[in-house]
Amino acid sequence: MKTDNQKAWFLVLPVLVLVSFSAVIPLMTVVNYSVQDTFGNNVFFWAGLEWFDQMLRSERMWNALGRQLAFSSIILAIEVPLGVFVALNMPKKGVWASVCLVLMSLPLLIPWNVVGTIWQIFGRVDIGLLGYALDAIGIDYNYTQGFYAAWATVIVMDVWHWTSLVALLAYAGLQSIPDAYYQAAKIDQASRWAVFRYIELPKMLGVLMIAILLRFMDSFMIYTEPFVVTGGGPGNATTFLSIDLVKMALGQFDLGPAAAFSLMYFLVIMVISFVFYTVMTSLDKRDAK
Amino acid sequence: MTDATAQAPGASSLPEDLTAERNASRVGRRFGPSGSAVVMVLYLLFLMLPIYWLLNMSLKTNNEILGAFSLWPRNATLQNYVTILTDPSWYMGYVNSLIYVLMNTAISLTVALPAAYAFSRYNFMGDKHLFFWLLTNRMAPPAVFALPFFQLYSSVGLFDTHIAVALAHALFNVPLAVWILEGFMRGVPKEIDETAYIDGYSFGRFFVKIFMPLISSGIGVAAFFCFMFSWVELLLSRTLTSVDAKPIAATMTRTGGAGGIDWGVLAAAGVLTIIPGALVVFFVRNYIAKGFALGRV
Repeated sequence: MKTDNQKAWFLVLPVLVLVSFSAVIPLMTVVNYSVQDTFGNNVFFWAGLEWFDQMLRSERMWNALGRQLAFSSIILAIEVPLGVFVALNMPKKGVWASVCLVLMSLPLLIPWNVVGTIWQIFGRVDIGLLGYALDAIGIDYNYTQGFYAAWATVIVMDVWHWTSLVALLAYAGLQSIPDAYYQAAKIDQASRWAVFRYIELPKMLGVLMIAILLRFMDSFMIYTEPFVVTGGGPGNATTFLSIDLVKMALGQFDLGPAAAFSLMYFLVIMVISFVFYTVMTSLDKRDAK
Repeated sequence: MTDATAQAPGASSLPEDLTAERNASRVGRRFGPSGSAVVMVLYLLFLMLPIYWLLNMSLKTNNEILGAFSLWPRNATLQNYVTILTDPSWYMGYVNSLIYVLMNTAISLTVALPAAYAFSRYNFMGDKHLFFWLLTNRMAPPAVFALPFFQLYSSVGLFDTHIAVALAHALFNVPLAVWILEGFMRGVPKEIDETAYIDGYSFGRFFVKIFMPLISSGIGVAAFFCFMFSWVELLLSRTLTSVDAKPIAATMTRTGGAGGIDWGVLAAAGVLTIIPGALVVFFVRNYIAKGFALGRV
């Protein structure tokens, strides 16, 4: 069991200093901007909660949030069942298991802008295999102009990029099931579905929870991949929260509204992180029993 | 028989024939013997096809790419790779990326190791809150930090240096490393620490000589994840650099020239960015899931 020791603070001090430097100071800059206004020349004056008020009324932010939630829900609805399904079909051991693990990990290790580039090249009607094939069978597909084509591309790209993560975690959960469980199920003449429902699913639940929350969180912050492929277009069709924020802060230099936007965005993430943390610690406690 | 089943934690204590029978019936009950193989082949095909297409493009000249549509390069050429490997504005992108990625990995591990040990071994005031606060940084959207980072590092004169990017990436890599390492460390029995102290080891000597070798796989996995997340990130590294420390990912965004985008060179650059990940993934393939689960599988 753990022992009480206040000197342990010295061991975490380096982390505290480093992360404070990278997190607290920049965050305070954001807070600073969010309550001030400027007419240039670095002259700032107090604006109170004006920016927050403005952003909460701004249709632009609500639309971006709506698109973001739609995107995150869709990719979760596809990636989680697909990932579990793939994990159930993976070879249990041997050379093929290694081959599958390595090949499946590959998309996870590709720089995010290159993921965008890959799908750009793959999806273009003139040079891409996918775009060319769809065009050849008569489907009107152009991800830079069509609303549905753009969404479909961004979603398929994310499924391509991240389903393996869900599959790997589910696979790790499956590996931890002792053979005796299957043995008992066999004696009880359990159906395939019952084996999945009462043995495999409960054993996978812990890691699956982590997978779902990680995927939700990361899809909620997605920036690079859709930015490279669609640039947030056509129009604003695929402008998710991060894309909109960067556009506002670094593109238009609307510091006040962007800072208020950032803080509210961060708040949402904090709430989700708290749920995540609570789930994880309760799982750890369950494991410890 | 039922007794044996109920208490057996592993398959080793089961009769051989029953285990074999069980495996056979499980496979049979699924989609037939080859059903799983078909699913896996289809899924891997889906994963590999876009990568193959990138490779295909990288071996073609721009004329061939835009001219005739073909499933494989007719006149395979390495010209695109030659272009990248001989032009400093291209290959320095790789060098820059590697420099800040390695710096970040070193920094993250150095500070995360003692912290993870503290979290896995001791209760101290505010430990739970500190741990949660670290987690929120892993989950913080880089977009929120892009502008303040730019201003912070400009004001301290670190803009466009490798260390700036390494420190910025520490924002999400240090928490990640702490979580992964803590997961591995809690698997090491505490009796080992106590025995070492009784034997007269100092903390530092015990940590380096005894403890670190015990969790070497954990350190490897944490290093791999730091490497990976720093390598794939673009938004912060692009915002914090302009010329001297410009990463390859940012270099790739400027391939549009007078004659349109040079697709061949772009594809070749993409292929080259996949290689480092592909090389190291082989060594950690069995731990990847554990890393992604923050050490909790």
